[in-house]
Amino acid sequence: MYRLEHVSKTYTQSKRQVAALKDVSLTIPSGQLVAIQGPTGGGKSTLLQMLGALDRPSTGSITLGESELSHLPDRKLGGIRAKEIGFVFQGFNLIPTLTAQENVETALEPLGVSGEERRRRALAALASVSLADRAGHVPGELSGGQQQRVAIARALVKEPEVLLADEPTGNLDEETRDEIMDLLEGLWRDRGLTLVIVTHDSAIAKRAERRLHIKNGTVTER
Amino acid sequence: MFITYLRRELAGRRRQTAIIAIGMALAIALVMIVSSVSSGVRDAQASVLDSVYGVGTDLTVSEEPAAPAEGEAAGPGRFEFGADAGTTEGDSTAISQSRLTAGFGASTFDASALETVQGIDGVSAASATLALTNTTFEGELPDFAQRVEGGPSDEVAEGGEAGGPPAGGFDGAGGSAFDVNSFSVLGLDPAAAAVGPLSSVELDEGRGLEASDAGQAVAVLDASYATSAELAVGDTIDVGGTEFEIVGTVTSTSADAATAADVYIPLDLAQQIAGLDGQVSDIYVQAESADRIDAVQADLEEALPDATVSTQADLAASVSGSLATASSLIANLGLWLSLAVLVAAFLIAILFTIQGVTRRTREFGTLKAIGWSNRRIVGQVTGESLVQGLIGGAAGLALGLAGIWVVNFIAPTLGGSAGDGAAPGVLAAGPQGGDGATAGGPFGGRLDTAAATEVVLNAPVTVSVIAIAIGLAVLGGLLAGAIGGWRAARLRPAEALRSVA
Ligand SMILES: Nc1ncnc2c1ncn2[C@@H]1O[C@H](COP(=O)(O)OP(=O)(O)OP(=O)(O)O)[C@@H](O)[C@H]1O
Ligand SMILES: [Mg+2]
Repeated sequence: MYRLEHVSKTYTQSKRQVAALKDVSLTIPSGQLVAIQGPTGGGKSTLLQMLGALDRPSTGSITLGESELSHLPDRKLGGIRAKEIGFVFQGFNLIPTLTAQENVETALEPLGVSGEERRRRALAALASVSLADRAGHVPGELSGGQQQRVAIARALVKEPEVLLADEPTGNLDEETRDEIMDLLEGLWRDRGLTLVIVTHDSAIAKRAERRLHIKNGTVTER
Repeated sequence: MFITYLRRELAGRRRQTAIIAIGMALAIALVMIVSSVSSGVRDAQASVLDSVYGVGTDLTVSEEPAAPAEGEAAGPGRFEFGADAGTTEGDSTAISQSRLTAGFGASTFDASALETVQGIDGVSAASATLALTNTTFEGELPDFAQRVEGGPSDEVAEGGEAGGPPAGGFDGAGGSAFDVNSFSVLGLDPAAAAVGPLSSVELDEGRGLEASDAGQAVAVLDASYATSAELAVGDTIDVGGTEFEIVGTVTSTSADAATAADVYIPLDLAQQIAGLDGQVSDIYVQAESADRIDAVQADLEEALPDATVSTQADLAASVSGSLATASSLIANLGLWLSLAVLVAAFLIAILFTIQGVTRRTREFGTLKAIGWSNRRIVGQVTGESLVQGLIGGAAGLALGLAGIWVVNFIAPTLGGSAGDGAAPGVLAAGPQGGDGATAGGPFGGRLDTAAATEVVLNAPVTVSVIAIAIGLAVLGGLLAGAIGGWRAARLRPAEALRSVA
């Protein structure tokens, strides 16, 4: 699925250079569940941004399927994100003014799916995270775990190849955390997703097939 | 999605939407009221001008009065009565003399200028007039001849009986009384009524001047002057010692305005009686089209270097009185106030939009992360701003129309007089004295300084006023949306991953 070769990412922050990733090379086969761990500031989110085509590496190359991401223009990267990559964020990142169903529909908007089909697929995605009965609620009316499930429905409604999750349980209590992890694991198994989860939680990381550790921008296998 | 998202956003941010809309509404209403009132003031000025210069007059040509040459009389001249002037009745002699002179401060110039004007490219019509003032000196004197009849003075002294106090005069005791009456006279070419002061009048009674009246002693009177001087069609009027038959009376087409002069007579006779052969005081010029006025003005100034060539705009500047005050108030205060409020409203809209985009950094980052294009997000931000602007525009339109309605409900009356204003003769006298129509007074200025008019201000709701409101609403919305959208476009999709909620 992914092939990273000598990927480095350097941020320039008021003349000071921060090397967030240093010469990272790795491959992630299709359908793998990967957990990424490491201390804060180690470069976990930066790596996820590279995988998610949210940003380009400073040097090196990233290949997703057939596409070489490091030199694509913004518009093409946006297209890849819209079609192939689902995101789940620590802070849920739902649009606060839209209902659960409308939030899920936002993922289909850039694919040009509209009208009845969009509504139907959004409702089906909500049903797959057991929230069909909350379709008309805005995020403020949902619990944290329910919001994250809406976010997962939004990430999966377009049936992506890859699901990237940056500390998806970071804002949740212990019970809900297991619930979300069970859900993600179930979806990964059922749909044959490539799932990359950044987490601080070793209990969660233990459920992964493969564990990567990032410290000071350098990746090691565990 | 666009509509749903937009509606939800605006509904979810009611306070911000309301503040932006209220700011826009106030600004738009103010601009509407100011522009409507100022076009009302312009209309009022135009109706004052029309009543003086005639409808369709684009330019006037006149000459600045030169200082009188040495030995030349500056004023209307003297009334001179010979020894046997007047008619004697009993002990008193009544004398009366009319003099027709160029209006005070007016300057006449050779009528050949008219041909020059007519020869200029872009002039469609021109006619010349001669503005005059007729002053009548009337009085009663004791009969000085009595004393002569009484015999030589030594006889009087000796006889002692004929040397009593003088008798006669208005008080029967040798006193004298005099009246000075004046009215304005306009000599005009009876064949050229299309342009000039008579183009804005309407026949009241009788007939107007016709081409065949040239050289005939016929006169048309301003209806209100005729009423106050107790004259009617069929009567005669003494103009400079010549009896003119009154053939008609006219009123102004604009509501309360007086016409340009009290008495209209054929130009050739006016010149002859006033002793101003071949002289005119004003030329009224109509241009072929409005866009040629400036060119015609330049050509006229070149062809007639001594003349003053005024356009309607110049003439509008000469409208004085409360109309002028209103006009400058609107032009200065109104304009700046509405501009300031407009700028403030736009700034509020822009700042709130930028603030909104900043607050929604993670939201837009997330949308970009799930594949929304920059264009789609900019469109969303601009759409929201545009709708906010339009809500403000609709409210502003209602508020502005209400404000204009209030102005028209109050209907302030504005007075204006056209011309250089300062007519010297403040001593109102004569039959028409002080009726406002010829406030210039007995020696009162040129004809065109003498017309004062009361106009009720009517602020019109024109298509352009409504277009301004809608245009400003759209402009404000697009401006705020463009700036907000530009900010949103610069957000990186990676912002979505920022952990801070
Ligand atoms: N946009 C940016 N500009 C400048 N420096 C950045 C930027 N993003 C990340 N960094 C820096 O890069 C390094 C790696 O950051 P990253 O967010 O990948 O860490 P992380 O492992 O996700 O940490 P955490 O567990 O706190 O989320 C840090 O030193 C961070 O300060
Ligand atoms: Mg992170």
